[in-house]
This record gives sequence, C-alpha cells and structure tokens, in this order.
Amino acid sequence: MFTYYLDLALRSLKRNKVLTALMVLAIAVGIGASMTTLTIVHLLSGDPLPGRSSVLFFPQLDPESPVSQGHTQPYPMMDYRSAVDLWSAHRADRQAIITSSSAKVRLPDSGQPPLMLGLLSTSADFFPMFDVPFQYGSGWSADDDAHRARVAVISAGLNQKLFGGADSVGRILRVRDTDVRIVGVLKPWRPTPLFYDPWSQNFSKTEDVFAPFTSSLEINQGNFQPYTCWHVPKDPRDMVHADCVWVWLWVELGSPAKVRDYARFLDHYADTQKAAGRFAVGSERVRLRDLMTWLTARGQVPDDVRLQAWLALAFLVICLFNAVGLLLAKFLRRSGEIGVRRALGASRGAIFAQCLVEAGVIGLLGGFFGWVLTLLGLWLVRHQPVDYAHLARLDTTMFLATFALAVCTSLLAGFIPALRASRVVPGWQLKAL
Amino acid sequence: MHLRHILRALGRHRIAAGLLVLEIAFSCAVVCNALFLIGTRLERMQRPSGVDETHLVEVGVRSVTPGTPEAVMAQTRTDLARLRALPGVSDAVVASPIPFGDSVSFSGVSLSDDAKAPSMPVAQYFGGVQLARTLGLKLASGRWFTPDEFVSYDALQGGASGVPVIISRALAQHLFPGQDAAGRTIYAFGANRVVGVVDRLVQPRDYGAAGDYRYAMMFPVDLPYSRGTYLMRVDDPARRQAVIGQALQALKADGPLRLISPRYATTLEAARAKYYVNDRAMAWLLVGVSLLLLLVTALGIVGLSSFWVGQRRRQIGIRRAIGASRRDIRTYFQAENFLIATGGIVLGMALAYGINLVLMRHYELGRLPGYYLPLGAIVLWTLGQLAVLGPALRAAAVPPVVATRST
Repeated sequence: MFTYYLDLALRSLKRNKVLTALMVLAIAVGIGASMTTLTIVHLLSGDPLPGRSSVLFFPQLDPESPVSQGHTQPYPMMDYRSAVDLWSAHRADRQAIITSSSAKVRLPDSGQPPLMLGLLSTSADFFPMFDVPFQYGSGWSADDDAHRARVAVISAGLNQKLFGGADSVGRILRVRDTDVRIVGVLKPWRPTPLFYDPWSQNFSKTEDVFAPFTSSLEINQGNFQPYTCWHVPKDPRDMVHADCVWVWLWVELGSPAKVRDYARFLDHYADTQKAAGRFAVGSERVRLRDLMTWLTARGQVPDDVRLQAWLALAFLVICLFNAVGLLLAKFLRRSGEIGVRRALGASRGAIFAQCLVEAGVIGLLGGFFGWVLTLLGLWLVRHQPVDYAHLARLDTTMFLATFALAVCTSLLAGFIPALRASRVVPGWQLKAL
Repeated sequence: MHLRHILRALGRHRIAAGLLVLEIAFSCAVVCNALFLIGTRLERMQRPSGVDETHLVEVGVRSVTPGTPEAVMAQTRTDLARLRALPGVSDAVVASPIPFGDSVSFSGVSLSDDAKAPSMPVAQYFGGVQLARTLGLKLASGRWFTPDEFVSYDALQGGASGVPVIISRALAQHLFPGQDAAGRTIYAFGANRVVGVVDRLVQPRDYGAAGDYRYAMMFPVDLPYSRGTYLMRVDDPARRQAVIGQALQALKADGPLRLISPRYATTLEAARAKYYVNDRAMAWLLVGVSLLLLLVTALGIVGLSSFWVGQRRRQIGIRRAIGASRRDIRTYFQAENFLIATGGIVLGMALAYGINLVLMRHYELGRLPGYYLPLGAIVLWTLGQLAVLGPALRAAAVPPVVATRST
C-alpha cells in the first residue's frame, strides 16, 4: 500500500511542477537557514572535555577591597596571594594554577628573528587534568614546580615551525633571556571552546609555550599583564605584590562530597581573609562552578549567534505556514480525483495516509536541498571573520537532524491539508465531474 | 465596493485565508524587528569616535632586546623626529591605547581622595605632546596640556601628583552635571585637575554599558615606543598607504633589533572597518534573511491566489458573462489580497511588539520605534499587491465562455 501511495505521490508531484518546486524550495530554504544557525549553536555550546567536564571546577573569589561601583560579580581571576594560597593548600584531587602572557621566544644561536608567542604559566597537574595529548615526552613533575625548573612544553604548531615536526625533547629554547629545556611536545590540541583561559577569546588557539608557573615568575618577570587592578600598582612590573587579579585556578574534585568540602574550604578562606581585613567581601562572593556551568555563565554562545538561531526558527515557522497553504491548494485541487477514490471505496484514513505520504516526499526533497543549503550556509560562515569560523562543519548528528527536521516539518505541514482532503464529500465532486 | 462579498467569499476559505494572514503576520513581525536590528547596527557602526580618522595612520613597533628606559626613550625621540620629517606627515606621537586597537585600559575615577569613596571605571588614553593635534580633537572648554605638563609613564604610575587631565564632554556632564568641569579635580592617579574638556572622545573599544562608550580621559604622558603605538597625522588622505611604507622604512633604518612589520601598521579607517566587521556581517545577514522571508511570503501568496483563481474559473466566467469587466475581476482579487494583508499586518504589529519586548529583555536593545510599524505595513501591502498581480491578471483573462462549460 505504501509503495502505491508513493507512486501516487510522485505522479502528483510531477503533474504540477511549479507548485511542487515552490513547496520544496520553501522547505529547503527554511531548513537550510535554521540548520546552519542551529549547527553553529550546537557546536558552540559543545563540551570541550566530554566525560571529564563534570569533575573540573573553576573557583572564584573576590579580593577587591574596597569594592568599586557596579562591581557585583567576582572577577574570573584572583590576585597572586589568594591563588597561591589556594593552590598550595592542595585540598583538591588535582589543582592547576594558571596565568597567560606573551613572551619573546627563539632558538639560541639560530639567527632566526624571535617570535612573540603566548606563554601559559601553569603547574604540573594541568596536563593530566585536562587530558592534554603528548606527541613526544611528557609534562613536568610537581618536583619541577617546587624547584622552579627551567623546563617547557611546546605546542605541535611551534614544534613544526622550529623543528620541522621532529622530536625536540631535550632541545633548548630561549624564553626572553632564559634558556629552558623542552620536556614535552603536544599533539595538535585545540579544545573548543578554549575553556581554561577566562582571558581568551572563546575559540582562539592554545598558547605555544607552557612553563612551570614558579619558573615563569622569574623568567618572565615584569611581563605579566593584570586583568584588572583596584589600586594602581606601585611597580607595574611587580604583579606578585600588586592589588591586581591575573592568576586563576582549576581544580579537579572527584565526588560530590569533595565538591562540598572544597566549597566549604573556599568559603572559610574568603571569610578568614575578610576578618583579617584583606578582603571587603567574604564567602558571599565565592563561586565554585563546574566546567559547563562556568562556560554558560561566561557567555559561551555569542549573543549574535543566539539571535541568528531565533531568526532562523522564525523563518522556519513562516516556511511551515507557506507549505501548509500550498499543500492545501494542491490537495484540494484534486478534490475530483479524491471523490472518485472515495466513491470506489477508499476510506478517509486511506486518503489521509496518501496525502501524508505525499507531504513526506516533499519533506525529503526539501531536506535534501535544505542539506545542500546548510552546507552552503556553513561554507559562508567559515568565510566570516569570526573566531569560531573554523568550527562550522556539519557532523553526523546535525546531518541526520536536517532530514528529521525536514520530514517532521512537512508532515506537520501536511496534517491539516490531509485532514481537509480526507473530508471531501464524494457526491459533490462526482456531480461536478 | 464589494468588500462584503469578498469577506463572505473568504469565509468559505477560512483555513487557507487564515494561513495567509498568519504567514503575513509572522513576516511582518520578523521583518519589523530585523529592520530595527539592522538600524541599531548601522547606528553603532556610524558612531563618531571624535578622532579625525581619515587623516590618521598607526604603526606599532615591538621591542625585542630590552634596553635601559633612558635608551628606549631616546630611541623614541629619534623615531618621532624621523616620522615627523616624512613628507605629508604633520604630527606624530606615541599613544596608548589607540582607538579601535586591541587593548583598553581603565582607571577608577572618584570625586574625593577618600579611598572608600565610590569610584567608576573610565577608559584612559596616554600620549605625548602632540596627542591632541594628531588625533584632531576639538576642545569644548578649558585648554590643552602645556609642554611642561608631560610626565613619564613610570612617574604617573609611581604616584606623581598633580598630573592634569582632559576629559570628554560626556564624562564631564556625568561627573559635574550642569557645571563647567574645567578647573575641577578628579581622583584617578592621585588628584588630577581637569584642564580641558573635549567635544567627543570615546573608549578605544566598547566595554561595559553602551552609555559608558562616551566616557574617556587623556593624560599627558611621554610614552616610550615599547608601551604604545606610533600615530601619524597625514595631510592628504590619499597618501596614507605611502606614508605607512615610508614610516616602516624610516623605523627600520636605525635603532636596535625590533619587530617592525606591515602587520602592525594600518590606517585608522581600516582599523575601524575591522573593529565593526561583525556588526557589518550581522547587518548583511539580517538583510538577507529579511529578503528571503519576503520572497517566501510572496511565493505563498502567489501559490494560494493561483489556487483560488483556478478554483473560481467558473464563477469568474459567470461574472464576466453577466457584465463584469476584466478590471472588476482584477480589482476583486487585489482587494481580497489587500484585506488579507491588512489582517496580517494588524496581527503582525502586535506580534512585532511582543518579539521586541522579548529581545529587550535578553539583549541590550531599545524599544521598537513607532515608525517601523507603518514601514513594515507598507512593505507587506506592496509585497502582497505585487504577488497577487500575476494571478489577478490571469483571472481577468478568463473568457466569459467558461461559464457555459461544465468544469
């Protein structure tokens, strides 16, 4: 029966090519526009560390004192003292202290001009905590952190640029004026969004050089930029003693009990500091958010993208109304034929099913062209000057979603017209023939 | 005319007519809001910076080998002399930050030296003696900095007292409503006397609420090149690219090893275009979506009207046979479309307003100005009439003889 309906549907679609084309076009355009934007939203709200994001937490507190006007949320970073206090307390399963800056880097005695690169200063736990993949070597040890070892890990991109992709572990790199030994080379690693750095653009690349925080303080002294300060630093090169936020922390907490304990520890720390007069606000400004919650709070999906998604959905709704109107016209134009089939014994249900099959076929066609339009739309997005441009590709989920959306849309659109067609009174139509 | 008949005829096609009304209403609502969003983007992109952008070029130089502060400062003076000597360059200065640049810096400003006094963050510019002339700023009251008022960056950060400040008029009005700010004192780097107020000076980049964009202040600071960017004023805008090339060469000609690259050199106009590139892309996207929406709506009208014409061939034939002119038939369909469009527009206005309320809650957006509603109405009425014209002409072409045939 289904194949017969399919045959009827195809015949009917062929009969009025202009109307069919209009309907397919309307659905395709609606699908193309909404799938392009929905794909972007889907990609942007993705989890950068699936499976691990639920145990990673971003602690925040507010060291500003006195609190300036309009400042109601803690900064995404801390002052040096608070960060180091929390880090060295070792209350979490793992903890990484982080700050980013830029630094001049070159190969000693190579004669090549120096490069200005991003330098991420962090601690040993960074690499296992974030599942950072290594091509050669490994990260440094907690011992290296303690002894301010002159070591570094470099990105795959920098390894390609400086060493042509060869195993460069053991080679020497000059960061500003200090020679450091390369202990590890990363595989290409680009977490999207770049979750660990509250300073970065959401979709920028990782830094090229990673070095122990304790060593960086000496190597890159005077080159750290504050996120913000609430007092003018006496010496702008000395961030360690300045009233500025520029360091942050990520912690790994394996169980809900540990999360509760850590939250209590943070509250206690903030309250103690407030009591000591160093903070103006205590535990009321403490935050401990897991990775995905933090990303949402940070505004991971840009406003413009969300606006575009709503626009595209409105577009789809209009295409839906359009399809309903056109299907109605199409089915009712065949009232005579439907009358004959009803008179020959077809039930209302059969007519209804036949009409829905026809709507479904239109939906599939619309889905196909909608898919083509989605690819075109994503291609356009890739050529936009936005930082997430490189992400704009269709994955399997969204590919299937395209067709599901198209067929659902057209079946929904076909429902009322099919119902209306199945109510055609055979007698009237036969008389008119 | 025969509106009553048209309404009665539409009553027999409630579903189809209702669908058209809904489609038009939705289009009207979305298009009104899209036009409004496009308007706000264009307005944002056209905000003046107060700076004479057409005559400015910037060249950034990064230091590589750190010298003593004195040596860097001496090099900066040499560079500036060379840049000012370039043909067509009238002024050059080291400034930080620069309009539409990557960075923005703020200081807390309060009206009393009490550390507990409420402060507000205000965007700040630092620059050397020719800063105001290079930027082409206009003084609203007070005076410019005098050459002896310029201090070194370290002196300012280190708490040099009594450094004067020039503030934007918007900031002056915010801090000292209804009074002349020149001569008053604000507290940012210690106590800073306001010596002048400029007509307009804005944040280098948007930061904070939209209203804060026009709050900015300038301090007289002799910056070394390593802490800022060379800004040059070019007399003839057509020579800006040539000046950039000459400036890069002049800077490379002497001095220590430094990063001097065309990548860090651009005209301020290009920097502005780059800064607003997202807004422009969004505006074009909205234009594209609006046009597609109108197209889809027009297709819907064409489709349904054609269907109605086909369905009513016999009635049209009868009307023609009993004396209706072609014009009568055509205007019938046009009037019918006008009625449907009007219904859609009335509903669409309410919907447009509703969508605007939702947008206002989630985005930093104002209320939909009233004139967008008649604008949307005119667009959709016109669209409806254009879309129905084809089917209506086809209906008018139906010969009266159809009345005598059975189908």
